[in-house]
Amino acid sequence: MRRKSLVERVRLLGRAGIDVVQAMGRSTLFLLSSLFGRSGLRNGSQLLIRQLYSVGVLSLPIIVVAGLFIGMVLALQGYNILTSYGSEQAVGQMVALTLLRELGPVVTGLLFAGRAGSALTAEIGNMKSTEQLSSLEMIGVDPLKYIIAPRLWAGFISMPLLAAIFSVVGIWGGAMVAVDWLGVYEGSFWSNMQNSVQFTEDVLNGVVKSMVFAFVVTWIAVFQGYDCEPTSEGISRATTKTVVYGSLAVLGLDFILTALMFGDL
Amino acid sequence: MSAENAYAVELKGLTFKRGVRTIFENVDIRIPRGKVTGIMGPSGCGKTTLLRLIAAQLRPQGGEVWVNGQNLPSLSRAELFDMRKQFGVLFQSGALFTDLDVFENVAFPLRVHTKLSDEMIRDIVLMKLQAVGLRGAVELMPDELSGGMKRRVALARAIALDPQILMYDEPFVGQDPIAMGVLVRLIRLLNDALGLTSIVVSHDLAETASIADYIYVVGDGQVLGQGTPAELKNSDNPRIQQFMKGIPDGPVPFHYPAPDYLDDLLGVR
Repeated sequence: MRRKSLVERVRLLGRAGIDVVQAMGRSTLFLLSSLFGRSGLRNGSQLLIRQLYSVGVLSLPIIVVAGLFIGMVLALQGYNILTSYGSEQAVGQMVALTLLRELGPVVTGLLFAGRAGSALTAEIGNMKSTEQLSSLEMIGVDPLKYIIAPRLWAGFISMPLLAAIFSVVGIWGGAMVAVDWLGVYEGSFWSNMQNSVQFTEDVLNGVVKSMVFAFVVTWIAVFQGYDCEPTSEGISRATTKTVVYGSLAVLGLDFILTALMFGDL
Repeated sequence: MSAENAYAVELKGLTFKRGVRTIFENVDIRIPRGKVTGIMGPSGCGKTTLLRLIAAQLRPQGGEVWVNGQNLPSLSRAELFDMRKQFGVLFQSGALFTDLDVFENVAFPLRVHTKLSDEMIRDIVLMKLQAVGLRGAVELMPDELSGGMKRRVALARAIALDPQILMYDEPFVGQDPIAMGVLVRLIRLLNDALGLTSIVVSHDLAETASIADYIYVVGDGQVLGQGTPAELKNSDNPRIQQFMKGIPDGPVPFHYPAPDYLDDLLGVR
């Protein structure tokens, strides 16, 4: 192995910096040309529906199961804490607010990056390595319009819906644990929730969060697939990047959005 | 036939670099219309890159790529996609769409670019598949086909829109003798029957020489030689001789450049 001199290390650092800036530029141009401009495709809606199925509908099981368990755990933990103050009736309010404001959008974003994001990257990367994207270009079809755009839109549309389903199932799971198993009075569980949850403050802000996460995670996933090195190592690296970058982006953006929506910064 | 019409593709002073590495330096290649032209050279010399330059999937740093009277590097993205309808390309892997069956793969260009009725598309697809001998495989999925069959389906798809120029990227790699024989015959047959211009990029000497009317040998970013297969066999250029006869050492050395062997073993730096 050759040892690297200090100058070479500095040079590599600079190179890495330039690569990051170039990738950001490429990904922005990629996004703009995928979403805007004439597509010329006649079966666009059919392509979108197929992607809505594979990105959205096929992610439903993991979202429903995760939502159920998280709601149940929230109720259990909330009950244990609140009961020491004698206010276990507030458990419904706590479960609903936690899910709608935070865990619904965030956990859906993380699961979406892991389930649908990685699948999108691997699928597009595989199409690239088997020259299917080149082949589309040569047939005179723009792969950005035919392959990328429907996947982007499918991600944008399906993730906020998945986040809503996550929250609903989570609240239902919380009610099951708190009301049916731990014996919290049903009337106060639901009425406390109804009194404290605001539509714009809580529900709408959660929806805005999940829309932002949907945009960023799907963008990262399709770009990593399209930009990957067309080899098996390249595809596996790109898939890992999708999950890592996607998850970190969700968590980082969540803090910023929370600060803007609920904080007094 | 007028002079400018005699060539379907003309590369003039083409220069292409990847980073600091020069792949082609001031290359001139003319592909005669209606003929099968072979582009040969050792692995890694940029043959596939040349094909991608002709198809304008890559932009050269210098020079011109003229295809049917249009200089491709000067066209916009939309004009290029329109222009590419004149091309058919057979990729090394076949590049069939894995989520579509054989019928839909061949029908794909027709569905995208024409407004033909389903009956008409069905007839055309069956005719193209008949031409490559795979009409019986119409309902199979790509993963149910052998490597040779995939390439033949891809060939049927490449000729679906009746292109003027058909390009083959290493069509003979990894094929058994029967599949190879079928492909060799098909390339020649399709070229002559459909009046195409065919460009075959390959390093398989015997097969390419058996069907090509004219051959360019490329290497070191240059055109090393050109001529009919017979002319090249009798060439006195040592690099062409080494390539045509498959001699392991010569102008293209057997050893990758390395420091002195003895010094290296003794650890002298």
